[in-house]
Amino acid sequence: MADAQGGRSLVVDAVTHRYPSGALAVENINLDIKGGEIIALLGPSGCGKTTLLRIIAGFIAQTQGRIIIGDDIVDALPPNRRAVGIVFQNYALFPHLSISENVAYGLAARGIDKATRQREAQRLLDLVQLPTMSERLPRQLSGGQQQRVALARALAIKPSILLLDEPFAALDKNLRLDMQIEVKRLQRVSGITTLIVTHDQEEALSMADRVAVLSHGKLEQFGSPSDVYDRPQTLFVNTFVGASNRMPGVVVSADRTAAKVRLDAGAEIIARPAGGALAEGGRVTVCIRPEHLQFVGDETGFAGVVGMSLPLGATVVHEVTTADGSGVKISQARIGETRTLESGAAVRLAPLAPSLANAFPATL
Amino acid sequence: MGAAPASRDVTSYRMGLAAPLALFFLVFFVAPLLQLLWLSLHNDTAAVHWGLGQYLQFLTDPFSLSVLGSTLLLGAEVTAVCLVLGFPIAWFYQRVGPRLQTIIILIVLLPLLTSVVVRTFAWIVILGRQGIINATLQSLGIIDTPIKLLYTQFGVVIALAQVQMPLMTLPLITALGRIDSNLDDASCSLGAGSWRTFFKIVLPLSLPGVIAGCTLTYAAAITAFITQSLIGGGQMLFMPMYLYQQASTLQNWPFASAISIIFLLAVLAVVSVFTTLGRLSRGYGGA
Ligand SMILES: Nc1ncnc2c1ncn2[C@@H]1O[C@H](COP(=O)(O)OP(=O)(O)OP(=O)(O)O)[C@@H](O)[C@H]1O
Ligand SMILES: [Mg+2]
Repeated sequence: MADAQGGRSLVVDAVTHRYPSGALAVENINLDIKGGEIIALLGPSGCGKTTLLRIIAGFIAQTQGRIIIGDDIVDALPPNRRAVGIVFQNYALFPHLSISENVAYGLAARGIDKATRQREAQRLLDLVQLPTMSERLPRQLSGGQQQRVALARALAIKPSILLLDEPFAALDKNLRLDMQIEVKRLQRVSGITTLIVTHDQEEALSMADRVAVLSHGKLEQFGSPSDVYDRPQTLFVNTFVGASNRMPGVVVSADRTAAKVRLDAGAEIIARPAGGALAEGGRVTVCIRPEHLQFVGDETGFAGVVGMSLPLGATVVHEVTTADGSGVKISQARIGETRTLESGAAVRLAPLAPSLANAFPATL
Repeated sequence: MGAAPASRDVTSYRMGLAAPLALFFLVFFVAPLLQLLWLSLHNDTAAVHWGLGQYLQFLTDPFSLSVLGSTLLLGAEVTAVCLVLGFPIAWFYQRVGPRLQTIIILIVLLPLLTSVVVRTFAWIVILGRQGIINATLQSLGIIDTPIKLLYTQFGVVIALAQVQMPLMTLPLITALGRIDSNLDDASCSLGAGSWRTFFKIVLPLSLPGVIAGCTLTYAAAITAFITQSLIGGGQMLFMPMYLYQQASTLQNWPFASAISIIFLLAVLAVVSVFTTLGRLSRGYGGA
């Protein structure tokens, strides 16, 4: 796909959308996407991912804000003039057209002659590794194959932006991995700016150059996968992306880079004020990932009682009940003779490093 | 599952349960039909002498053939009008909010909820010399003398189209409703305009509904005795009335029987064309 138009930038500028029913689906979203990037839109069900995608494709006119592709404001353009390729969650292949007719559909709409169309369709089917299926009907293909056809069909029009709405949700785990690699490969070759909607955080973290995390129609964080995972800016991102223990506490003292927090579980720890400055005496929620906790021997950490130990292959997860009665998970790499702790054993826990405990102002 | 009876074809079960229905059909459908056939194979009104005379008479009589022709043509015209008017209604129905949908369905079903006779008389009021249309046109000064609408082919087609409209619209609404709305969007995002989307996607996928609607409308239109006779009046003769005259007025039962059989075969031929088209289009949109 050296001839692809690929690599146009996409700017979502202060986009808000309210459905006629009154539901505020998308609220003041700003995304500045460079040409050729893969972006994941990550968020729980109903947070407005599909709505945003349909606004970019032009199926919904947003209530406020602008969509800019390359140097053009496209708000006035209908979907058929935006050169945006979209793969729907249910693939939406035309059931009465053969696979090659499906792939060539967009070319026919552009008035390209039949011979060129067929050649191009075959080239794309080769690209998605379905060279022998061109005469079949969509229903004679497996889900994964249909998905590839949908991808080929979207790529055929050489879109400047490719939108994928939960493209792998219907696939089993192995096929999903194959397709993720496949899409990433195709994207690298073609250089098409790509937006993938997903509620699977692993998919988002593994495939995307940058991840936009959405919650209730608002953009929570937009950054690289490691930013989102290691330096979450909101409590929502910290708990939605990856597992996290939430421990309530009170700020003892704080500056811009560090805060001393007295946990309700009964210890003072140093945490990173992740969501901006913290007020002294204010209540906070400290998030610590299970793999960022360690057992300590001295009096530093907080005390707890081991409930259950779950050996999960490469790691062992211990459930610990703290003094204030809340449950905390700690996961440890299984190196050699890692002890499985007895249920009821008294232990003390502490974060591995202050930068690995994130403090957020408590809501409510 | 393994047990022998369970693996038997479902249709082979207890055929006895269908016996009452079969008996009903035998007594009230097959038997009269056979009697009709038997009658039609006689050359005289008393049904004594066997022969194909009645069929020969019909098929060599230009008048009879013209009645058959105009009846089949009437069906085609009514079907075409219903399709052209019904498709936009069904299309519109799938694209409006639930409240408007209820209203549309009500309007579509309304003709079914009133008696055919009432509806037909309403059309007489509308189409008559002093009817609503003529009165309006005259008061607007568009015409000087009333135009003839009642007792014309045009009048019959319009009235029948209104009477039979639900038979077209309902299957179309169902067929269009089955089409995934994402297909519209997909087509559009691939660069197709609304017309291409309509002719390449929506129309082919709604074809089963179109064919069902056409078959129903056609069959209903050509046999609509009451509307045909009341709106068509004495000047226009269609098969059902022709048949009625021969049987009831002239008491020529063998000829009336031959007319029925010929009409039946002609209709079966047309309907089987529709169903063949339907079967061909079944390849589409099943999933
Ligand atoms: N056509 C519509 N009319 C009114 N409200 C809608 C419509 N479509 C979506 N919504 C609402 O807007 C919000 C966002 O919906 P959207 O489909 O964008 O979510 P999503 O993030 O794609 O969710 P999912 O992961 O389940 O697909 C939801 O609260 C939903 O109920
Ligand atoms: Mg969605």
